[in-house]
Amino acid sequence: MRELSRFHGGIHPAEHKLESSEAPSRRAPLPARLILPLHQHIGNGARVEVQVGARVLKGQLLASAQGTISAPIHAPTSGTVIAIEPHAVPHPSALSGLCIHLVPDGEDRWIAHSPLDYRALPKAELLDRLRDAGIVGLGGAAFPTHVKYRLTPGQRIQTLVINGAECEPWITTDDRLMRERAAEIVGGIEVLRHLVEPAEGLVGIEDNKPQAIAAMRAACAGSDIEVVVVPTLYPSGGEKQLIKILTGKEVPSGGRPTNIGVACSNVATAYAIQRYVGHGEPLLTRLVTVTGHVRTPQNIEVLIGTPLEDLVRLAEPLPGVTGYVIGGPMMGQHVSTLQAPVVKATNCIIVKSAQLFPPPAPVMPCIRCARCAQVCPADLQPQELHWFAKARDFGKTQEYDLFDCIECGACAYVCPSHIPLVQYYRFAKSEIWQREQEQQAAEIARERHEYRLFRLEREKQEKAERLAQKEKAAVTAKAATPAPASAPAAAGADLDDTLQMRIDAAVARAKEQAAAAQPKNIDTLTPQQQAEVAAVEARRAKFTELASSSGADDEPPKQ
Amino acid sequence: MISALLVMVGISVLLGAVLGYSAIRFKVEGNPLVEKIDAVLPQTQCGQCGYPGCKPYAEAIAKGEADINLCPPGGEEGIRKLAELLGVEYKPFGEGVAPRGKAVAFIDEQICIGCTLCLQACPVDAIAGAAKQMHTIIASECTGCELCVAPCPVDCISMVPMPENIQTWKWPYPVYALTPAPTAQQETSIA
Repeated sequence: MRELSRFHGGIHPAEHKLESSEAPSRRAPLPARLILPLHQHIGNGARVEVQVGARVLKGQLLASAQGTISAPIHAPTSGTVIAIEPHAVPHPSALSGLCIHLVPDGEDRWIAHSPLDYRALPKAELLDRLRDAGIVGLGGAAFPTHVKYRLTPGQRIQTLVINGAECEPWITTDDRLMRERAAEIVGGIEVLRHLVEPAEGLVGIEDNKPQAIAAMRAACAGSDIEVVVVPTLYPSGGEKQLIKILTGKEVPSGGRPTNIGVACSNVATAYAIQRYVGHGEPLLTRLVTVTGHVRTPQNIEVLIGTPLEDLVRLAEPLPGVTGYVIGGPMMGQHVSTLQAPVVKATNCIIVKSAQLFPPPAPVMPCIRCARCAQVCPADLQPQELHWFAKARDFGKTQEYDLFDCIECGACAYVCPSHIPLVQYYRFAKSEIWQREQEQQAAEIARERHEYRLFRLEREKQEKAERLAQKEKAAVTAKAATPAPASAPAAAGADLDDTLQMRIDAAVARAKEQAAAAQPKNIDTLTPQQQAEVAAVEARRAKFTELASSSGADDEPPKQ
Repeated sequence: MISALLVMVGISVLLGAVLGYSAIRFKVEGNPLVEKIDAVLPQTQCGQCGYPGCKPYAEAIAKGEADINLCPPGGEEGIRKLAELLGVEYKPFGEGVAPRGKAVAFIDEQICIGCTLCLQACPVDAIAGAAKQMHTIIASECTGCELCVAPCPVDCISMVPMPENIQTWKWPYPVYALTPAPTAQQETSIA
């Protein structure tokens, strides 16, 4: 029996799992239209590779990965691309995102695909193949799997943790998947073990899922993958929390699990990997729990891109619906429109009613009871973070490790004043991100501006140097040949420079001539004539002196 | 008595020499305050403050010649940061000076005659083009300073506001009315 650790805090919200966990999962019929958002996770969106009007086959690439943290998107069924335009997407902002709109032709015709002999491939290539299959983490954040498992040289993985805890209330997709498709999950785990060669492979499952535990144990029999039962405590399904429970190690602040030699993936991700490796199928479908105020809560295997309204209709909503939540009640997002599609990260839709989800109690001031600090699974001080976020003191929130907050909502759940704490943290995080981006943009603008100033200065200097050189060349050329021989020397120069140079040269010539001019016919003059000349010269000198002293615009004095 | 005086004089000469040397050895090039102020400014280089760029404005603030509320692109947040950095009171924007939303320049390429005047005006070299060639804005580098708008002889440059999209969207500040919880008396009366 493995000795388990426990993480700090944690809560026991009402589970509401039995509503949907007992019905076998079913496949949704083909929807009339599929909407595939290009941007489904953090990092870069995908780049469109098809044109409007293109006929595509099931599994055909529609948009390819661009950049490191990115994953491609494939056609979930065969059909025609009718538009590439913005459409409602499941996002808390209720803004539209660019989507590929696909109308299925009903034939569901596959592109050529075949299983992959992954053991024969170099690991880097296997990771590239997983990226090209569009495989992302299906636990909720949809982080591209190939990025997670691309280790830096020298990095070793001791423990591979497969997350089947599924701690969030209402959601039962992983439970159903483990009960129904345990063998394929184990196949996917084997691929991941081949990739990182861990010393041990662990599957963590909460003890409220006995059938899933039994199924996984049966499937793992004969391999050295260990199924570990963990006590039910929200949020034990958080990546860092599950790692702490199973290995006793804590992921450092701001670090990734690979920093402490652990890699972690969800059971649904392992299943998706097996579908690709064992059958050649890229990630096209996922299991989604539809539960809450509906007649038949259940898990439905649905094509990615199916509008949420089609999905909800399959579970037959009851009268008195007050809203919808995507994800669980603790961490999920309210959706404003059911026209948004299922994306890779969608694991659950809860239909709300006034009985199941009564309107929130009025918000009261914080009384500093610190109950939030007692339950925080990241061991933070949520009440301090709340104060600082409320006062927009973002520097302080970062000092109190805001970015280690996993937004699990345990603090808001226990808050006796019903303060929506997580909203404050999300607000603070997005403000800080925006500021960082603005800072970076300002830095780039400063660099570009300074380079521009430097460039202008350099161009000015270069021009001055060129001019000086030309003048020098002209002077030497003139010394060699007294004729105006400066023209050929400046033949290659631009017009402005030549013109200025010619003017300068002409002025210089005129001055020289004036200086060199000698009065003629004065050697044969009579003394009387010489005296007259001297008198005239003296008068002229006197006038020049007067003119220069009294100003140019004055009348010369009469004599 | 003499020895005491000598000791004191000796110490002061020694300390003076050390201070004098370190003043030369560790001399700070430029004004470090200017750098700090410049780091707070948004680097749009727009000249709306009346100085030819962010650095000159930073220098003017450091010298005490300019107010801290002259930079609309920096917003209220920028004034607060400057006030904190300089240890002065926050000062709101003056009449008619207000921050506008982020926008980027857009050249209507049908109208552009390729005169290169906007190229020369752009402080961050964010316009690509050449004489008698069509020009275009490199939107990712444009700071929205509007300096290219005025020189254009055919008025083909307009400022396009940046729409909010999913990547730039921010979580709003949570606003909740603090409503008093019903008292015990009210609760029993409801029940």
